Parts: sequence; C-alpha cells; structure tokens
Amino acid sequence: MSNQITNILIVGVGGQGILLASEILSEAAMLAGFDVKKSEIHGMSQRGGSVVSHVRYGSEVFSPIVPEGEGDILFGFELMETVRSLPLLRPGGTVVANDLQISPPSVLMGLETYPERLSDRIKDRFADFLMVDGQKMAAEAGNAKAANTVLLGAVSKRLSITEEFWMNALEKMVPAKALVVNKLAFKLGRECL
Amino acid sequence: MKSILSGNEAIARGAYEAGCLVASAYPGTPSTEILENTLQYDEIDSSWAPNEKVALEVAIGASFGGGRALCTMKHVGVNVAADPLFTLSYTGVRGGLVLVAADDPEMHSSQNEQDSRNYAKFAKVPMLEPSDSGECKEFTRLAFELSEQYDTPVMLRSSTRISHGKSVVELGERVTGLPMPKLEKNPAKLVMLPGNARVRHPLIEQSLLDLAAAAAHLPFNRMELRDTSIGIITAGICYQYVREVLPQASTLKLGLVHPLPHELIREFAAQVDVLYVIEELDPFIEEQIKAMGIAVIGKEIISLCGELTPGRLRSAFKLPQPDAAAAETLPGRPPNMCPGCPHRGVFFVLNQLKAYVTGDIGCYTLGFMPPLSAMDTCICMGASIGMATGVTKVVSAEEKKKVVAVIGDSTFLHTGINGLMDMVYNNAPATVIILDNSITAMTGRQDNPASGFTLMDAATHAVDIPLLCTALGVKHVRVINPLDLKETRTVIAEEMERPEPSVIITSKPCVLIKRDDVFTKGPVYAVDCDNCIGCRACLKIGCPAIEWRPAGEGSKKGKAYIDPLLCTGCDVCRQLCGFDAIGSAK
Repeated sequence: MSNQITNILIVGVGGQGILLASEILSEAAMLAGFDVKKSEIHGMSQRGGSVVSHVRYGSEVFSPIVPEGEGDILFGFELMETVRSLPLLRPGGTVVANDLQISPPSVLMGLETYPERLSDRIKDRFADFLMVDGQKMAAEAGNAKAANTVLLGAVSKRLSITEEFWMNALEKMVPAKALVVNKLAFKLGRECL
Repeated sequence: MKSILSGNEAIARGAYEAGCLVASAYPGTPSTEILENTLQYDEIDSSWAPNEKVALEVAIGASFGGGRALCTMKHVGVNVAADPLFTLSYTGVRGGLVLVAADDPEMHSSQNEQDSRNYAKFAKVPMLEPSDSGECKEFTRLAFELSEQYDTPVMLRSSTRISHGKSVVELGERVTGLPMPKLEKNPAKLVMLPGNARVRHPLIEQSLLDLAAAAAHLPFNRMELRDTSIGIITAGICYQYVREVLPQASTLKLGLVHPLPHELIREFAAQVDVLYVIEELDPFIEEQIKAMGIAVIGKEIISLCGELTPGRLRSAFKLPQPDAAAAETLPGRPPNMCPGCPHRGVFFVLNQLKAYVTGDIGCYTLGFMPPLSAMDTCICMGASIGMATGVTKVVSAEEKKKVVAVIGDSTFLHTGINGLMDMVYNNAPATVIILDNSITAMTGRQDNPASGFTLMDAATHAVDIPLLCTALGVKHVRVINPLDLKETRTVIAEEMERPEPSVIITSKPCVLIKRDDVFTKGPVYAVDCDNCIGCRACLKIGCPAIEWRPAGEGSKKGKAYIDPLLCTGCDVCRQLCGFDAIGSAK
C-alpha cells in the first residue's frame, strides 16, 4: 500500500443521498484495509442547501477535510454544485458529474437564470471529465432513487478498491429490501465507463 | 473490531464502554447525534430534556445517586446550563459526570462561535479535547475516570469537524464492576450553602493543580519531536491540520486543554527554536503560555474568527497553495423551508402586515430569507418573547401593534415559557405566535415534551400548549390552521390590534415528521396553463416546488410550474392565485 492519500469530494444538494454515498465509499475503503476519514456539515444544509462531503483514504490520514486544491476526484450529483466545487480539485483531477440540474430558490422565483454551458466550463479545465445520466440508469436498475449508487459505481472504476469490498460495503450500508436494486445500479454505473 | 464512526457516535460508544447509565441532552447542532446514538445501548437511559440546564441537572442527579452520567449540548447550550455547572464544580460528583460541549467554529449552524474552552477555566472544570473519532471514544471513557478520580465534572470539547467527521475506531467492551447506585447523604459536599462552599472552593483549586501536575505524565498529552526548528502546541482538530500541512514540525499535542501541563510545555518549548500555538477561535492556550513568560506565536498568524482549514494553515505559514481553479460566480443555494412547510404562510402574512417580528431559533428562522423576509431579530433560544415585551416598552402606541414574537414549540418549552410569563405579568401588548409543528425540526426532528413521545420512543404525556398559555394568564389564546391564509391573516391582524398580550398557536405538523400518522401528503397540485397569466403571485411564498418557466430565452413573460415530486398539496399557493390556475393535478 502506498502512502498516497486519495481525496474524494462528493457534492450536490441536500436530500440527494450524498451522505449515504460517502458512507458506502468510506466503508469500502476501510474494508480494503485503508485508514479513512470523512467530513461533512449537517444541520442547516439539510434544508435544500449545498452539501459537500469529503472522503480521504490511504495508509494514514490526518485532516478529515480535503485540503483546498488537492481533491483527486470530484463527484457531483448536480451540475451547478459540481462547478461550485471545482476550486477544491487539484489540476489534472477527475470530474464525474451527474447530468442533472436542480434550480436554487433564486432561479425558481425567476430572479436569476440557471447558468448555461456548465459542462463546457468543466471540460475546458478538466480533461478527465465524465458525464453520467444517473437517473436514467437507476431507472433501468429498477428505482430512479438509486441514482447515487449508479454514480458511486461510475466513480468506483477510478479507485483502487476492488469490487468485492464495494459489494460488502453495499450489503452493510443499504437496507435489505433495496439491496438488489442498488447492487444492480452500482454495476450499471461501474460498467458505463 | 473496527468501525467507522462519527465523533458523536464515538462519544456515545465511549460512554457505553465507560459504564454510563444516564444520558441527557437538549438537541443542538453539532451535538445532537450523541444521544441519538446512546439510544442503541439498552444499558443507558437516554432522554431529551426541555433545555440544557435541565439536562445537566438530570445528569447531576444521576451522578449524586451514584451512577455515571453523560450530558451533551452545543456550545451555546452551555450558556443555559452554566448556572448548575459553576456550582457543580464545587460539589464534585459521586458517579462520574461528563459534559460534552460541541463548538461550531465557522458557524455552520449557529448564531455565534463562542469558544467553550473558556467555560472550563471559568467554571474550574477539567476539559479534554479529542482530535478524531478514536480519541472521542477514548477520551470519553477517560473523562469518566478522571471525573471520579479528581471528584469533579469533566468537560469534553468537540467541534463540528470532530462531531460530524468520521474515522476508524477500535471498539472495546463495557467496563464491569462499578459500584451499584444507591442513595447516600453527604450534605457537607452536596449542599452548597456559603459555609459548605467556602470549604469546597480551596479543594477545587488544589484538585486542578494536582491534575495539572499529573497531566505531564498522562498519555493524552503527547510530545512528538521531529524537526525541532519549529515546535507547535495544538489540540483537537487543529492537530490534524498541523500534521497535514507541516508534517515535519515537532508537536506538543494536548489532550487536556484545561488545566494546562505547565512542566511539559516548558520542556517542549526548551527543545524547539520557534514556538507556535495553533488553535481555532480564542487565544486560550496562547495567553496562558505567554503568562508563563514563554515567547510564542499564535493569533499573529491564525484568525480569531472562523474554523481552521489546511489551506488557511498553509497561508498562515506562507506555504505555496496549489494552482486550483478559480471560484465561479454562481447563483447561491441557501437552505430553504421545505415544500409544504406550515411556517411559510405565517411569514407571508407577517410580511404583508408589515409586522416587526422578534424571531427565535429553529427552522422558522429561515423566515428571514427572501421572499418571505419577515424576521427582524434573532438572538438566542427563547429570546423572541422577552424581546417583544422590551420593544413594546419603548415604542409609540401605534408601533406597539406591529410587534409580534415567533417561536417554535420546542423553543417555547426550552426557555420561552418564562418570557411569556413576564409578558403577562407585566402586561406587554405584544402578540406571540407559537409555531407548533409537533417536533424539534431544525436539528433533525427530535421529540420534545409536547410531541407525546420520549427519545426512547415511549408514548408519554404531551404538554397542552394552549392550556399552558392560559395557565400563565394569557386571556386570548387562539389556535389556527396556518395553511389557511385567510384565517391566518385575519387572526394575526386582530391580535396585533389588541392592546393586551395574546398568543396564536399554529396547528400543522412538520412535513418531515417521522410518524406516519401525524403528517399526510395531500393530492399534488398543478398549474392550469390556460388560466395562468404569469402574474408571479404564487412565487411570493418561495416554495421550492414552484418554478418560474420563462416563455422563451430572455423573455420576461412565462408561467408557473409545480414539481409533482416536491408538492405536498398544502394548498397555500392555490389561495394566492387570483386566476383559478392552480388546483389538484388531474
């Protein structure tokens, strides 16, 4: 095991299942034998605000938050939130974004417009950029709500954690009745790249 | 066995392993999940108290009865619990007592960022500060032991990044063989009248000196010598950032932040060329080291405000920053009341009536945000009612009518009751609106004395809030349906006119409430595009389920759209529409 720390940011909007995705990721990393730390803010953000979850793993992790500009992978559940968090990523980092736009209050009220050409703005700066239609693939797996697991599957391809640990983590973290759908959603995400 | 735990889960685990019998708290971010996790251990009696003062008093009682007791709160909760705390240090304990104060540097979910370490010094109570979940568990266990060994309550200071951060923890077994709790009278120690307290005070001072001397050799204070050109004294989460950013620097990691181990600090200072203290918020450690006559750099380079991050620490030491992407200017995404939230219509009406609204702490504080923009003050839990009384004492007769206090059910029971008692006692002509959504919503839907259930999910008596207000002497208590805008407006307007204290209680539950039988979603609504003229009236309530859809790019015209996945069928938007364009979806 190298001393390299892997820095992952999972971002989106409160209610999208970001915390569950980061829990599964942390669990898989621990099962794979890594030291793991994870950090996010609860509370106010639960009410539809921006959410940023930090997950770091390696042989020994100190800070639970990813140092600014050192993120290896930015994993965005929503496009604008993905762009908002780009400054956390290192130059040459990877962006995996869900093809989904959720309007913030000012846009819903018609006071501002949802920014355009967001995927181009990501592409211009990060060559390693993947866009995933999480909702569509989750629906194929049997439940549109499992979009977070599809995305996790897509990200998993880029991480040094083997499939068996991912499956063990899913079994531990996902309620039994949703497990079959989530395992399928994870596989669809993992195979889409 | 290894497990990934949050700091809060690990504190709960530590209390379990320490043989804790009683845990009491009032919820408050970032401390709330500690009690939600002691709940899983049948050996611990876990309960929500109406406020932090009562929570601490419950824990003190359990300790005096001979059992180990845990009490948890957010930093500002310690202000409420300060009264018993400052005398508890004099009495000391029987069973170990640990008070967790969870600070919130950066104010992610708080109204101030007070530094709880000052309370440890002020109240003369030892304080431990863990730097990850593993230490949360170990230090909690240790805190119980120190509490009994030194006959004192022990504080454990957490912070948002510790409480809500997760890391790997090695689980242990629960201790056995602790003495069985039983009544034992000891008035000289437990009755703090002046004669007894005068005897106790010097004992407390001596005990702190003894602990400071012993602390040099206790394992939680740890000197790590690496490159000795830089030496850093640090504690808690800051230790992690120091190790991340300055991996070669020597460190003195303090686990006990009060009292400080003077000998160890001198020993460390003598071995390094330049000494720094890296701490968030106040120069708590720094000032004490400077008072020891040791030169140290601290707040010259680290801000007094906000939390530390690896990037901020890099800046403090003038280290190069990575060449990251510049931040984009994007529409903000502030938190918002949920679709169907029963508070929304009340704030819409208060805005229309141009009320001067003294606010309080809870989800409804979001009534401050546009477009509702109907909250004029927010200070602390329970403040709204007393402040409304105060405002009416100084403004003109006409302006007195504008004064309305808003407060949630849980906050009213926390510290609002006394304010209402005063309002009646001193006959202040303000209106109080109790936004009763049957739950403590903002911290994640905890039960409270008016919800009918305990933390351990047992059915219990629910405080009758209208009857309580009547018992306090309020002559005009009215219960309204806040989803009926006409009724809400009429009643609030009438009570604002009335030159006496009055209380209006809203009767609809939180839409996120966990019990299925309390909140039921109505039929989903939709916009009839033939009738919608695009007047934007429905947008004035700021419901996340309603979206403005322009007719074309750059067009000022457009129509409203209701997201069927988000709509709860609360009916408030329909009442705003003058063109019969909103109704149940076909």
